Amino acid sequence: MTKKTKLICSVIAAAALIVLLICSYELTDSTSMLRSVLQLGAIYALAAVSMNLLNGVTGLFSLGQAGFMAVGAYTFAIFTIPVDKKAGVYYLYGVADGLADIALPSFVGLIIAGLMAAVLAAIIGAPVLRLKSDYFAIATLGFAEIVRILVASSPFNRITNGSLGLKAIPGFQDLFGFIPAYFVPFIVVALCIAFIVLLVRSSYGRAFKAIREDEIAAEAMGINLAKHKRMAFIISSFFAGISGALLAQFLGAVQSTTFPLAMTYNILLIVVIGGMGSTTGSIISAFLVTAAKEWWLRFLDVEHYIGDFKVPFMRTGFRMVVFSIILMVVVLFWRKGIMGNKEFSWDGLYNFFTGKKAKKAAKAAEGGSIVE
Amino acid sequence: MDLTTFLSYCLTGISIGGIYALIAIGYTMVYGILRLINFAHGDIFMMAAYFMIFAMVDFMIPWYLSIVVVVIATVILGVVIEKVAYKPLRSAPRMSIMISAIGVSYLLQNTATYLFSALPKSYPSIDVLNKRITIGDVSTSLVTFITPIITIIAVILLLMLIKHTKVGMAMRAVSKDFETAQLMGIKINDIISITFVIGCFLAALGSILYFTPRPSVFPLSGSLPGLKCFIAAVFGGIGSIPGAVVGGFIIGLSETFIKAAGYSEFSDVFTFVLLVVVLMFRPTGLFGEKMAEKV
Repeated sequence: MTKKTKLICSVIAAAALIVLLICSYELTDSTSMLRSVLQLGAIYALAAVSMNLLNGVTGLFSLGQAGFMAVGAYTFAIFTIPVDKKAGVYYLYGVADGLADIALPSFVGLIIAGLMAAVLAAIIGAPVLRLKSDYFAIATLGFAEIVRILVASSPFNRITNGSLGLKAIPGFQDLFGFIPAYFVPFIVVALCIAFIVLLVRSSYGRAFKAIREDEIAAEAMGINLAKHKRMAFIISSFFAGISGALLAQFLGAVQSTTFPLAMTYNILLIVVIGGMGSTTGSIISAFLVTAAKEWWLRFLDVEHYIGDFKVPFMRTGFRMVVFSIILMVVVLFWRKGIMGNKEFSWDGLYNFFTGKKAKKAAKAAEGGSIVE
Repeated sequence: MDLTTFLSYCLTGISIGGIYALIAIGYTMVYGILRLINFAHGDIFMMAAYFMIFAMVDFMIPWYLSIVVVVIATVILGVVIEKVAYKPLRSAPRMSIMISAIGVSYLLQNTATYLFSALPKSYPSIDVLNKRITIGDVSTSLVTFITPIITIIAVILLLMLIKHTKVGMAMRAVSKDFETAQLMGIKINDIISITFVIGCFLAALGSILYFTPRPSVFPLSGSLPGLKCFIAAVFGGIGSIPGAVVGGFIIGLSETFIKAAGYSEFSDVFTFVLLVVVLMFRPTGLFGEKMAEKV
């Protein structure tokens, strides 16, 4: 395929996606499942892409994603709850003095949420990034738990409202007067992901990949390990913070229990299903997993009857069991995930349909596996 | 704080520390041999509690037989998990096997929620173990008192097994070098299974001791103790059994005293901060061996 055909294909595909998105808005009413699944999918896509930047691209196995999302969500909530609603939200403990009159627009709130997560990442990154693989995973996991405990603890009652959590977080609002609120999360997520994609393609991104492949070799090539690891960690946390803030907007209320360890696992499994190291894979799988979990598999939670015959096993909770079994099957038998560690490309799609895939795959296998 | 209160806190701390030690051994042994953080271990611990409810409440088995049933069921669960979820990934990158462990943990939690509902279920009370006893001025339940004793006995037996038997020697060999051990004729898979048997046996024991003085079990009740025990294992130096025991006792004691001082909200924060501090200054823990990095 020539460059020109690819460009045309990309433009057509982008236009088609936008048209589909507009259709999903025009043809459904505001309570439809499709709308919330698409919005939630987009938010998870950002969370997954930012986790993939760290776990898949740079090879730092972090389990702190939910912690950074919690930081982002809480920061956003604290700074954007409308002034007149603050008294109602903080009815039990009262609001901290400096915060009572602050209600920033949500755009500013998003940036502050990201920055706050990034600053925290910079602080804890200094000691934690020195650790090796599994220790790093456990330390970041510990950090996420600390965040979760601290936001619900009594000394922060007047800021985070303790275990009651924060309510009345402003939802998405119309943009520039002509873009409906529904599209806002998609626009924010698209901008953030575009930034991450550009980063991964830049020389920094190549350095990240080099670190993933072999730290020692990368260092020998003149890559400053500490600097690049810190950079990946901070940038990933920044976007995790933004995705947390978007989630807070989507839900309208946050509590410390909104961000349990299971959320990190959930996002990790999205990344794994999409293929570790593939940004497009993470995006596709975020939408698939969210739709499957929140929508398509819902019927498993309800008791069904065929005539007089009661379908066995189906009752509340079965959905999550099936979901986790699917995940285990993917982890065990389909380790590459949807995209492997490759990105979406028109060549790849073309080869997939014309059957050149087998030859290519053989070639790729010869080149050696990526994550050792 | 007068002496009696102090002693009773000490006893509580040592008791919970003993339970942490039992579970931490499971983590440390699996890590020593497979280099895998067995994220599912805390959930195996939780499942053992549900097995106990099954045995005693649903099947009305007397408590002494129930304990045997629980231990056997837990061991079977652990070995099945190893065979299904970890064995196929033996040659895979370490990250995949860790993700598989996370997947198993997720599956166990969801299965427990499905089978037993997310609501707390009351744990059957074993009257013999809950009997109040008084030593000097300190009054406590029998289970609190015997937990550290059982822990110490179990650890001594385990250390003897590892130091003086052929199986133990094989385990040490496998943990030193997988491939060389295989070349020496050690059946790796058998040794790994035995490791899981021991780990799950101790987890079942720990589960019985942990939940007996507590009122109820819920599907997530294994995840936080599991994490703390893993921290205990890291603290003591992962791969080292005495280290795990010392780590368990230290975390149990410090947690109890932080709670006693009125900061119960922060006892878990302290545990995690301890983890980060230990990893920063002594990444191999108290008793861990230093490993040279091979290029």
